[in-house]
Amino acid sequence: MQRRDFLKLSATLGGGALLGPLAGCAREAAWQRMMQAGPAKVSRTVCNMCFWSCAAEMHVQDGTPWKITGNPDDPHCAGRLCTRGTAGLGAYYDPNRLVKPLLRVNRGGGQEFSVVRWDDALDFTAGKLQKLAAEHGPDRVAAMVHGAGAAHFAHLLRAFGTDALAEPAFAQCRGPRDTGFFLTFGQGISSPEQTDMENARCVVLIGAHIGENLHNSQVRSFADAIRNDATIITVDPRFSVAAGKARHWLPIKPGTDIALLLGWINVIISERLYDPGHVARNTLGFAELAGYIAPFTPEWAYGETGIEAARIRETARIMALHAPATVVHPGRHAVWWGDDTQRARAMAILAGLLGVWGAKGGYYLAERVAVPDYPTPAYPVPKSSWRDLTLKQFPLAGAPVTNVLLDDMASDAPHYRALLVYSTNLPMTMPNAPAQLARAAQKLDLIAVSDVQPSEMTGFADVVLPECTYLERYDALRNEDERDPCIALRAPTLPVLGESKPGWWIAKQLAERLGLHAYFPWGDYSQVLDWQLQRLGSSLSEMAQVGVKHFARQTPPYFTPGAPQEFKTPSGKIELYSETLAAAGFDPLPRYTRHAERPEGFYHLNYGRAPQHSFSRTQNNPVLYQLMPENLVWLHPLAATAFDIKDGAYIRLVNQDGVVSNKVRVRVTERTRPDSVWLVHGFGHTAQGLELAYGRGAADSSLITRVPCDPIMGGTAMRGNFVTFRKEAAA
Amino acid sequence: MTRYAMVIDTKTCVGCTDCVDACRMENDVPAGLCYDWVVEATSGTYPDLSTEFRSERCNHCSHPTCVEACPTGASQTWNASNIVVVDATICTGCKACIAACPYDARLIMMPDGYIGKCTFCVQRVAKGLDPACVSVCPARAMYFGLPDDPGSEVGRLLATRDWYTLAPETGNQPNVYYLR
Repeated sequence: MQRRDFLKLSATLGGGALLGPLAGCAREAAWQRMMQAGPAKVSRTVCNMCFWSCAAEMHVQDGTPWKITGNPDDPHCAGRLCTRGTAGLGAYYDPNRLVKPLLRVNRGGGQEFSVVRWDDALDFTAGKLQKLAAEHGPDRVAAMVHGAGAAHFAHLLRAFGTDALAEPAFAQCRGPRDTGFFLTFGQGISSPEQTDMENARCVVLIGAHIGENLHNSQVRSFADAIRNDATIITVDPRFSVAAGKARHWLPIKPGTDIALLLGWINVIISERLYDPGHVARNTLGFAELAGYIAPFTPEWAYGETGIEAARIRETARIMALHAPATVVHPGRHAVWWGDDTQRARAMAILAGLLGVWGAKGGYYLAERVAVPDYPTPAYPVPKSSWRDLTLKQFPLAGAPVTNVLLDDMASDAPHYRALLVYSTNLPMTMPNAPAQLARAAQKLDLIAVSDVQPSEMTGFADVVLPECTYLERYDALRNEDERDPCIALRAPTLPVLGESKPGWWIAKQLAERLGLHAYFPWGDYSQVLDWQLQRLGSSLSEMAQVGVKHFARQTPPYFTPGAPQEFKTPSGKIELYSETLAAAGFDPLPRYTRHAERPEGFYHLNYGRAPQHSFSRTQNNPVLYQLMPENLVWLHPLAATAFDIKDGAYIRLVNQDGVVSNKVRVRVTERTRPDSVWLVHGFGHTAQGLELAYGRGAADSSLITRVPCDPIMGGTAMRGNFVTFRKEAAA
Repeated sequence: MTRYAMVIDTKTCVGCTDCVDACRMENDVPAGLCYDWVVEATSGTYPDLSTEFRSERCNHCSHPTCVEACPTGASQTWNASNIVVVDATICTGCKACIAACPYDARLIMMPDGYIGKCTFCVQRVAKGLDPACVSVCPARAMYFGLPDDPGSEVGRLLATRDWYTLAPETGNQPNVYYLR
């Protein structure tokens, strides 16, 4: 982001207002007014500009919402909201927000949305669900959800009689990571990640681009690691921000990470850089691993990764030197090439060998608060389970897989007949989803969508249930696996705009129409929260004052050095060799597979995040739009020269299957690998209701058409796609 | 003169532009304008590269040529400090200060027409608070204080770390420091 962009923007905005000399401005400058202002009214809530859920403070000055800042008592943000959180008011004021329920109607031979009353929208939705339940059973409803508000709809649908509640956060994001770590350590990596970077002596990032990935406390503790002069090792084909902070940047050939990991493990074992006492006490399958790893020398790994053997040795030795104060960062968005659970396994094995789990400077042991559930009847046992369809295809999927459900709904004889979508923009989140959803739309009895903005997903809806923003509603208590256990409360801080409603209200209204009153035996969700808080020794009124409440840890944050460690694996040990994988017919030790090479004239399509935006949710936020109105496609100068493309020009990307992107501006930069392009995910909106975001930039998701699935857990691999360039005629 | 300085650690800055955002919200900066901005400077060729992010703004110079250039006294220093502010009620929008600023840090406030700029959030400084950009920085890469006080954090950082300022050759004596 360059300041020139702002000046250009200001010139546009100010066009026509030619200024003559003033006799002094009639109004004082903002700083002059603020010098005289009284204190702002402050209320407390939890941010939802991304899922990090930082506790926040809303400042209202003389009745006007002014700014949102971080709650200083919150470990997620330490009083500092990120770029998106700071811009939260933009979501509230976005003129394109959904503020009225919509119903798809047939009119004049076509279809369109009609603004309806809430009763009509809710009656329609509940009527469809009841009819479906009577004809096929309530278990034939599927939901795809994201975020804190998902809990309300999950509760509703479990009460209704289905367990098919999938989050893209699993099969389109964290699933392989959590599965690989679960198989090795008996539990997945939590969110926030339990990476003890502030105490680490070495931090290893494999594709994780912290900094551009602005997860608040991750950035803070990564910066702590830099300040503490920890050795940063960053593996990335791109010179990411995190690569720029690294002492060792390994500019790896895309798709070869497992080879590098095997090379590192080979060095650590062949040079005996591990703690033999730890390995003997706490791990299982070391002998099998040692035998397996022997051929995967750094020289072999060089041939695959392009990283010199000497650098592989040097970095492995640094990790071991500092172990266990070495964070092998698990990353987050892990669906890359289809062997992602095995890559996560290789990372977990490396971490396991180094004794990182439960070590100071490694992975701390997270704890959460025991928040009691508000008493409601037990859920009925669904007549069919998501597992029936899913485990046949992906035997070790630990959570419902969105793509399995969507494939079913787009098939000739779908099992699932209705889809409820809450707060997730599937067409830009799941690869190939627009075509799949279009097919599913012809079969399903109902597609109901609840969102705050007219996203691509709402375009597929029969009924749109407009939710108010996080600034206007209560949600379930934030209670996550933490270093320091705490809860935080999202509470309304501003009046509700239009007829939008909180998720809990929408779910309760549907429940009442479905005869499920007993599951929502309260008038207002604040009663549930107060009931829970009272049992934790707090109250709604206390939380309104503090925003965050801390609880004492029940166990230490680290294992006692030298003492035997207990893991939740079948063997109770760190499973370097996985019997579970072997028994399910998978490689018990991670196998390296060569992935597709780029065709002549094509480039690896790599994508990632920008600190200004979350997924495809924030591009229409008028504040964030000013910081980043469009994404740029990064081309190496060699690629730009080969195609005679100039910096700043608009081009279209064409993928290996002939799919053409929206036009996107080029940034020619040395920071991308000569064989790869890179762009930020979430742009290239096609929903016309998003007036700022519509048509700006290119959607990586539209170009990701070759999508092998991870055979272990069903994750959709999104990295094995390639693009070439088509020049746009000058505007 | 009380001298305030901002010290920005380029080692930990990740270029997230939260400083720009926080400034906009705190100071009600109109859409399309900004008082601070982030510059990315990349040098080298793949794979021998370095990138530095710099959060830039008014340098609140000890020798402020903008104040000297102002014909009405609208550009002035606040409370016997180096903090440069513009009194909008006597600013004629003549732009002499824009021409006199080596940092291109002043802008025309549309639609009112007076000249706006970073004030180091003087309304916060007056209450003993850090400027909004400093207090929001998620990487804690920004510091604010009194550099002539050796006990201050900015004083300690400037005494112990390698630093530079922008365009020191102008003689303006800028007070935004970048740690290498």
